[in-house]
This record gives sequence, C-alpha cells and structure tokens, in this order.
Amino acid sequence: MSILDKTAAELGAAIKNGEVTVMQAVEASLSRIEESESLYNCYVTVDREGALAKAREIQKKIDQGILTGPLAGVPAAIKDNLCTRGLLTTCSSRILGNFVPAYSAQAVLNLERAGAVILGKTNMDEFAMGSTTETSAFGETKNPWNPGHVPGGSSGGSAAAVAAGECFYALGSDTGGSIRQPASFCGVVGMKPTYGTVSRYGLIAYGSSLDQIGPLCKDVRDCATIMEILASHDPKDSTSIKRDDTDFTGALVEDVKGLRIGIPGDYFGEGLDLEVKEAVLGAAKVLEERGALVEEFDLSLVEYAIPAYYTIAAAEASSNLERFDGIKYGYRTESYRGLHNMYKKSRSEGFGPEVKRRIMLGSFVLSSGYYDAYYLKALRVKALIKKAFDNAFAKYDMILGPVAPTTAPRLGESLSDPIKMYLGDIYTISVNLAGLPGLSVPCGIDSRGLPIGLQLIGDCFQEKKLIRAAYTYEKARGKFAGSMEHAGGRASGGKAGSDAGKEA
Amino acid sequence: MANIISDETIEYVGILAKLELTDEEKEQAKKDMGSMLDYIDKLGELDTRGVEPMSHVFPVNNVFREDVVTNGDEREAILKNAPEEKNGMFAVPRTFE
Repeated sequence: MSILDKTAAELGAAIKNGEVTVMQAVEASLSRIEESESLYNCYVTVDREGALAKAREIQKKIDQGILTGPLAGVPAAIKDNLCTRGLLTTCSSRILGNFVPAYSAQAVLNLERAGAVILGKTNMDEFAMGSTTETSAFGETKNPWNPGHVPGGSSGGSAAAVAAGECFYALGSDTGGSIRQPASFCGVVGMKPTYGTVSRYGLIAYGSSLDQIGPLCKDVRDCATIMEILASHDPKDSTSIKRDDTDFTGALVEDVKGLRIGIPGDYFGEGLDLEVKEAVLGAAKVLEERGALVEEFDLSLVEYAIPAYYTIAAAEASSNLERFDGIKYGYRTESYRGLHNMYKKSRSEGFGPEVKRRIMLGSFVLSSGYYDAYYLKALRVKALIKKAFDNAFAKYDMILGPVAPTTAPRLGESLSDPIKMYLGDIYTISVNLAGLPGLSVPCGIDSRGLPIGLQLIGDCFQEKKLIRAAYTYEKARGKFAGSMEHAGGRASGGKAGSDAGKEA
Repeated sequence: MANIISDETIEYVGILAKLELTDEEKEQAKKDMGSMLDYIDKLGELDTRGVEPMSHVFPVNNVFREDVVTNGDEREAILKNAPEEKNGMFAVPRTFE
C-alpha cells in the first residue's frame, strides 16, 4: 500500500513504529500536490518550506518520545479561514489577499501540539459564503471524482485535497453545511461537532452563532481521532463549552443494536435526486439489518430553515465583516477622497459579489424598522426549529437523511440563481441553527460516478452515538468504491489554476 | 407579497454596509434583495407569538476571564499587515477636519 493510500491513523501508526518517516509522508504529499494541483486547485497556499522544516522537527520529537499521539507526523491541510501564524490567510478573498496573521487559531494549535505537519491553506468560497467553492477569488476547485464538477463548499478545497490524496486530512468550517456537503460531494467523511465543542478563536467569523470547525478525512476512525484533538475548552472563545466526554475514539465500536434512528419523511420529498434517495435509504437498511430500529417520522418546519438561516447568517456576517475596512490590515484602495470613501472603495473592490450580496441583505434585516420583522422573527423561528429537533430526539437516538438533494453539480451552473443554490442546503442548515452535531459518511456513487453522502444528526453532545453508527455502517459497507485509486489520479496537465499566493 | 426595493433603500443599505455599488450592481442588488426578501417573507407563515428569539442554543452566560494580557508584544507582526505604516503606527486617512 503506498503511503498516500493510508488513512491518517494508519500513517500515524506507521510513523510511530518506524515503518515510515515523517519526511517520507510529507514529501509524498508534496509530490502529489505538485502533480495534481494545476488540475484541482485545492490550495490557496502550499507551504513547502515550512512543511519540510516541520517534518524534521516533528520526527525529532517523535524519536525523543516527546510526541506520542496517534496523528504525530501526519500531514494536514487547513481551510484558509483559520488563522495560521506567519502563513498567508485569505478566506479566499482579495480583501485579505496579503494578510499574514500574528497568531494561530486554537484548533490549529491543538493539531500542532499533537504533531501535525501543516502542508498549506485550502481554497474555499469567499468568507465561507457559498456551496460550491466557486465564489473564491483565487479560482474554482475541481472535484477530483470528476473535474467538470464542483467539490462543494464552502470547504471545497479541504474536501478535494483529502479526496485527491493531497493531504491525509484537513480542517474545514461548517456554518450551514460547509463541511458535510463537500464531504458528501467528494466522497470523504466530514463532521460538524456540537456548537461550542471546538474553539472558534482564530476562525475568521462568518456566522458566529452557527460556525464550528471540524475534520474532513478518509474514514470514521480518522474523524473521531481528529475530533478528540480539536475539542477543547478555550477561555479565549466565550462560546466554548467545557466537555468531559470528548474521548470520541472510544465510540469506534461496531454496535447499533437497539439504536433508534428516525428518518424525516419531509427530507425525502420533491427535489431529492432518486439515486441519492436510494443510496441513503439503502444505508439505513444496512443499519437496520444490524439491529437498529429505523422509523420514518415528520420533523416539520423543514421549509422554514433556509429563510431563517439566510436571515441570521447574513445579519451576523454583515456585522462580522465590518472589520474589513482597509485600516489596520488587508486591502486598502489606491486612491480615495476622505475616510468614508476609503472604506467604501476598499470594501467594494475587495469583496466579491456573493459577499456583497449577503452583507447588503444582512445590513437591511438588522436596520431600524426591519430588525423585528426580519431578524428577530428569524431568531424566533430558530427557537421553533430547535424545539422540533428536541421533540425528535425524545423518540430517536439520531436522525438519518441525505446531506444534499443531489450529487455535485457541474461547474458554472450554480451561481446564476442564488436562491436555487441556497435550496441545496436544505438538509444541513437546520443542524447549525439548532447547534447539533452532524456527520457525513460516503454511502454510494451515482450513475455519473459522483459520490453520495449519508448524514447522521445527533442531539447536542451526542457525537459518540453518531460515530458508533457511522463506524458500524462503514465497516458493513466496506471499501468505498475505489476511493483513493480512483480519486486523485494523475493530473493530465490541465490548465494552471489561479496562482495568487500559491507558494508561501 | 413582492418586495420592490427602491433606489433609496439601496442607497441606505449601501451606507450601512459601507459599500459603493456601480449602477449595474445597484440594479442587480435591487433584484437580488427583492427576491431574497420574498423568500424570507415565508417566515411570516409561522405563528411565533410567545416564542423568545433564540440567539444561542445553550445558555452559556456571563463568561468572564481576568483582564490580563497573555499574548505579549506582537507589534512588528501586526504592523506587517498595515496598508500604510509610519513610526510604528498605522497611517490612516484623516478622521476629522
């Protein structure tokens, strides 16, 4: 088995017992990046020198017995909205095109403390606003399963990098599905933990009451292993929760006997692609055959989640993005007449159209006279949606459904109709509104050769149940349709992606 | 109910958002906002009387820490990002006349 075919945990173990060196792993990743980046464009920045230097440092610490964790020495990629000290961090936006943070996100620090080697920063939708990674200011990322299709978004670069073998795992962020949906589209595992589980310190904020950081990786074991490292109580994030149940790898058990799984009938209506429906229901059958109790029910309020989400997310985004004003960092316009003109020009030139659209909507719904009718109304609906989930979890251990209504769409087809694009978030969005954990695991391939993801949603703090069910399903499913041999292939030359900030 | 967004509204929102749009962008913004608000109007179908607006899912309140600086002097690293710098300070447009 070649190094790149190993999961993160397998590689960690191989490094631990000396079969593979950290340098070999890093060089293998960097070679793959060199081969396929011009085709897939997963990265905004590849930190070749930093990664090689880190490889030497980490190997030493492993040899000295200082680093003993399961992922020490494993190369990882970080979504470009997570601050990395000394390494360009752009949120795939021109307004941060030259921004080098003076600090690292807590999640990144947790990984580094565990011995991760950071390969670079992955491409995303600008400021995490999008579902296809097409709103990036640094070019679109292609889906390694079929480069004519999107990888999903907003953590599309991270998902594609894992699928293409350009890293062993990656970090993403999820505000409305931005980890789970690209995981589904790229045939990898992705998880969004319960709100407050992973510190948001250093995550450049989009929707502060919705954002969470999580892993994109090759299997459920990797997911649990990475989540254990990421979860921590952080006094620097006032929404960070103290949890003492984050030993997620303890849930890697094949046992779903008696597990009550609810399937929302309202997730399986019109608009859901037939092949996706079949694959997801097929996965439910697999769990049922292994002893889970599967039942259909009505979740309700499903069609109100999207308008509530977009109101709240746009409102919070408009506030969070006020700080990008050309004063202390980021893009400042060349010529201007006075302070306010400088603000307007810098922001208008630095932000892309989708970001501007959401800032405008957000400013409007928060403005005097409309605040009650729009923003507060949405927050009341959010409370109702949470209640609907509470009712569901009184009866079920978890909810099972699709991640997205379709597999990955073709590039260039989504941005012309924003509302249609927003509707693709229908199964993932309410999970963020209710602060719940959600996991996406590959469960099939459609007739176009594109992956289909299964979503498991749990009650707050119930990640272990999700991991147990996903692990059981994964073992029953077996190897996912060719996985790494298929995906990532050899780049056939292809055209050069956007080169902004490629090499740090 | 169709939301017709007026020119004044777009101007007003532009001021709030500190964005300057071209004429074509303004026209497109009127259309986009109109259709987004039409979609958001759907929330009006729900009876939310007596429902408290919920911002955070768990009541994690009054999270305090000591007001002590723990991350030292990063002046150099911070100023590296300054669009314009002078004598160790951010150089900015005049803020008052």
